[in-house]
Amino acid sequence: MHIDELVTLVEKMPAFPNSVQRVVELASDINSSGKDIVVVIESDPVMTVKILKAINSPFYGLPRKINSIQRAVVHIGINTIKNMALSVAAIGVLKPHNKAGFDTGKFLLHSLMTAAICKKLGETMGVPQNELSDYYVAGLLHDFGKVVFAEFKAEAFKQSLQKSAEQQLPLHHCENEFIGIDHSQAGALLAEKWAFDASLVEAINHHHTPPQSSLLTQCLFVANQVSKQLGIGDAGNPIVEAFPEAVSAHFGMDLNEVIESLGDLSTLKSEALSFIH
Amino acid sequence: MKLIFRGVRGSIPTPGPGTVKYGGNTTCIEIRTASNELIILDAGTGIHALAQRLNPRETVNAHIFITHTHWDHIQGLPFFMPIFMPNNLINIYGGIDPVTNEGIQRSMGVQLQYSFFPIREAELKAKLNYHTLLPGKTVSVGEARITPTLLNHPVLNFGYRIDCDGQSLFFTGDYEPVYNIYSPEDPDHDEYQSYVEAKLAEVAQAMSDVDALIVDASYTDEEYRSKQGWGHGTYRSALSMAAQAHAKKLFLTHHDPCRSDRQLDRIHQQLQQENRDAPFDILMAREGIEYTL
Ligand SMILES: [Zn+2]
Ligand SMILES: [Zn+2]
Repeated sequence: MHIDELVTLVEKMPAFPNSVQRVVELASDINSSGKDIVVVIESDPVMTVKILKAINSPFYGLPRKINSIQRAVVHIGINTIKNMALSVAAIGVLKPHNKAGFDTGKFLLHSLMTAAICKKLGETMGVPQNELSDYYVAGLLHDFGKVVFAEFKAEAFKQSLQKSAEQQLPLHHCENEFIGIDHSQAGALLAEKWAFDASLVEAINHHHTPPQSSLLTQCLFVANQVSKQLGIGDAGNPIVEAFPEAVSAHFGMDLNEVIESLGDLSTLKSEALSFIH
Repeated sequence: MKLIFRGVRGSIPTPGPGTVKYGGNTTCIEIRTASNELIILDAGTGIHALAQRLNPRETVNAHIFITHTHWDHIQGLPFFMPIFMPNNLINIYGGIDPVTNEGIQRSMGVQLQYSFFPIREAELKAKLNYHTLLPGKTVSVGEARITPTLLNHPVLNFGYRIDCDGQSLFFTGDYEPVYNIYSPEDPDHDEYQSYVEAKLAEVAQAMSDVDALIVDASYTDEEYRSKQGWGHGTYRSALSMAAQAHAKKLFLTHHDPCRSDRQLDRIHQQLQQENRDAPFDILMAREGIEYTL
């Protein structure tokens, strides 16, 4: 699969049904507040990606890369962001079940949980307030490549999902076999093409193989394992991966200890669930 | 640089006995550099009055910078008479709207359709050049350097800084300073606040030390309470902007169409009284008066 093909495919990619409905409702409600619309966009990987992509496009030429919807709102105004969301919403709607048999509702829940947990981990690791949204967005978008596969490489992605489930293999290994590229590479290529910040590109690229250096990538790795271990949502990968050396060294805990340290996640879960239903 | 306001109203032209002193045309500012380059900020209905002052026997080389594409800032474009005369060169500058992905040529293209206007774009006699600007990227017109900055409004809006002849000015276009959309109890409040402050600092930097700061000051504090989010500033926000930027002169413009000369006079007096110690002059933008910076 070629990068240019990937990029064109994403242009055609529709948003998730529930957020489309909410964006349309909010846009027609004169009393809706800016933050309502931000919340909806932030809960939808397709809207998020498309808006960040447009804002970071080279001919738009912002001095700094913009990694989060909130930042985008401050730079360009809530009304423009709302209108961009509306135009994304106007492009079809992602089907809850598709030819690949990939459940987009469960996928969205997995993404939202990973996003919330990643942000929370960043917070506990002392990441400054103004960088936490990068942690959220990294969690939200880390598996973005899978939605592209489900929509446009349905047959090969279906085979990957099946083999991964039947033989209990990591999904990204099977994607490599059937599609020739895995979702973390696909997501990273897209993020790079759209001029997202290098740290975000790296986090998406290495979310299964976190390097020593990046705290963001390590938090994302851990958040991803936590949401899989807890079984909240499902993005098609049955394997909870062991912590690599770098991650263990950094967190000084194993997966269950991390989960314990995070405390009660039921609020995060119900918030995430409220976007799916 | 010389500076003449040709239109000072927001939203809609307001001719009549109550608007004789300050004027009733919508936003348009004429700038002349020492070497007589013609730079025009926005093309509200005031641009027609500007065109009337140009010598019909001289060719026109105009540089029109559009802050944003709301009607009151572009409506005069099709009535800028030099576009109908051959040999004239009209440069129109503006940003790309991320919603439509279209540049500033859209503002002319939209207006010059048969259902709205009797002359089509292809029939214009002057040479029109459109230039797409990027935030923070300076362009030159003769000696003048013009730098756009993104400012909050319900559509893409550029504030323009012009540096020329050792002088400088900044025009905000329509601008409502960004504010926090979260309440203090909200967990997202602090993070958002840090973005807001970074953005305000960026804006202050863009307008720093200007000789003239021209600001959209449409509302009083009381009016603003019911108009937050509409995209316009207040007298108070303009004053604090001028203080922060160390501006030498503050021009308040984009007068509300409901405001009469008498009311504007009264507001002006009050602002001067309450801000006697301000280290800058407070002026109400008025059509046709020439200021030398
Ligand atoms: Zn206006
Ligand atoms: Zn406007």
